[in-house]
Amino acid sequence: MPGQPDGRSRPRWNAVFWTGFILCGVVLGLAVPVLNRWVAPSSPFALPDYLVPLLGKYLCYAMLALSLDLIWGYAGILSLGQGAFFALGGYCMGMYLMRQIGTRGVYQNPVLPDFMVFLQYKQLPWFWWGFDHFAFAMAMVLLVPGLLAFVFGWLAFRSRVTGVYLSIITQAMTYALLLAFFRNDMGFGGNNGLTDFKDILGWDLHRPETRIGLYLASVAALGLTYLVCRLIAGSKLGRVLLALRNAESRVRFLGYSTVRAKLFVFTVAALLAGVAGALYVPQVGIINPSEFSPGNSIEVAIWVSVGGRGTLLGAILGAVLVNFAKTWLTGAAPEIWLFFLGGLFVLTTLAFPRGIIGLFRMPRWTRRAASVPLAAEKQA
Amino acid sequence: MISSASPRGAADVLLYLNGVTVSFDGFKALDDLSLVVEDGELRTIIGPNGAGKTTMMDVITGKTRPDSGEVFFRGNADLSRLDESEIANLGIGRKFQRPTVFENLTVFENLELALADDRGTWRTLFARLTGDRRERIAATLSRIGLAELGGLQAGALSHGQKQWLEIGMLLIHDRSLLLLDEPVAGMTDRETEATAALILDLARDRTIVVVEHDMAFVRSLGARVTVLHEGSVLAEGSIDHVQNNARVIEVYLGR
Repeated sequence: MPGQPDGRSRPRWNAVFWTGFILCGVVLGLAVPVLNRWVAPSSPFALPDYLVPLLGKYLCYAMLALSLDLIWGYAGILSLGQGAFFALGGYCMGMYLMRQIGTRGVYQNPVLPDFMVFLQYKQLPWFWWGFDHFAFAMAMVLLVPGLLAFVFGWLAFRSRVTGVYLSIITQAMTYALLLAFFRNDMGFGGNNGLTDFKDILGWDLHRPETRIGLYLASVAALGLTYLVCRLIAGSKLGRVLLALRNAESRVRFLGYSTVRAKLFVFTVAALLAGVAGALYVPQVGIINPSEFSPGNSIEVAIWVSVGGRGTLLGAILGAVLVNFAKTWLTGAAPEIWLFFLGGLFVLTTLAFPRGIIGLFRMPRWTRRAASVPLAAEKQA
Repeated sequence: MISSASPRGAADVLLYLNGVTVSFDGFKALDDLSLVVEDGELRTIIGPNGAGKTTMMDVITGKTRPDSGEVFFRGNADLSRLDESEIANLGIGRKFQRPTVFENLTVFENLELALADDRGTWRTLFARLTGDRRERIAATLSRIGLAELGGLQAGALSHGQKQWLEIGMLLIHDRSLLLLDEPVAGMTDRETEATAALILDLARDRTIVVVEHDMAFVRSLGARVTVLHEGSVLAEGSIDHVQNNARVIEVYLGR
């Protein structure tokens, strides 16, 4: 019905959005290769080689932050174990990269990775089978985090575990995985994790072209992740999620299965985090159990709240800015980094609850209230 | 020709509670409660605080499981075995005592979520707000007197407006049985009158059970009244009949 205001600033899939989206993609995708490859190294605009994977790493963190914003910012599920899905995706990629080393390892065993030879494995454990195939490894990047999220979420949401209790058990989940992956006899390289990667799909990981390629893959994956999150957030299901964050039992009485709605976004978010982890590993060159550490997952929540939760763009912004600050501060003054991070979180919570994005956008509430008092008075 | 006015006892039973008992830590909120609501009926339920009115609503809508007894809808659906969303999808809608609208959504969006539609997660993800759906929402908005407030955040509505929005949400969901828990609590006299008119209007094409304290309001509905006391039925009949019942006067109106 024309002229009937529905009030929400619903995401519009119009020309303005697509232009902005493609423009951002082109800038992110072109600037880095051009500045790195075609600008003379002596020029002040040249991007040194070591910065390319660093930027790619930020983009992977941005994807991870988006995945958390989808479940926290919309459905109100504060998962403090999102890093676990990221790390599992990373391990799947790491296992593929280990199998690619072949005889170039220290022990030159064509099948067994170095750590297995060192730990006197006689044969490849069954759960390593198939990881020499890229397609199989990529399927596992989705399947392993997705399956864990599905089972974990089903148990938690069906038992109506919510709020702070859910946050605590997600912390317990990632901590349990941390301890498990630390063990040498788990078969994932224990404390040292998986490293010394040589190549991916036949491309040498140390060559600048490969790094540019991985960076571009991260740009594309981030773009896709953003579109998926935006689609869900702007759908009617997105409004069901917002509603259940506010009054879950009421949503049930309306006939929606809140268990299924939450399970759906929780699993999607885990898949996205897994993909982010898989792109992260070849760019940083290592995956080890510390990626499961509970602190990592809490940090993700800080990125999202700094950027502005429930805004998607804020998650990307927060992840990139906080990690940029981290890179810079841990180099310049490593002892103050944790104080800075903690202070940032307190400051955001107290002074800017809507994050960086909130500083630019007028809150929905005031915008709406400003436009309706006339109508409201008529009713009264 | 079949007689158009069937005798009361022969009408279809919509809701049937038999011997329902619910206890919380030894306190019997419902004690062998039996109640029959016929299809198309408007029924009011009154009773002092703690009589079990809200617990009865909880049992019917699946929020609370009865310790014993049976609860049937349309004679075949055993409500004591279904969960909230399954019961809602059978066509039973509930309005809570405290108005519970989704305060972080707009009035329009509140109605959009309540719209009779496929509730599956996948279908909801790809649901489109067609012109037909927009029109149904607009029609409901004017019926509940909120036509110009569609874009307002529901949290900014007045108390009475929230109550109406909640009734509108039941309306647009097109339920065959509405349970209204104290629909006029906290309303002004004018709002109460408007609500009574709205309920009588709604009752023409669906079954409604109203739980209420406000006797003037109950009288204005002119419906059959059930009096609950200590978890079971104390009296049932017209408002005049129950108000003159000696036991009702003793436990509820008198003293």
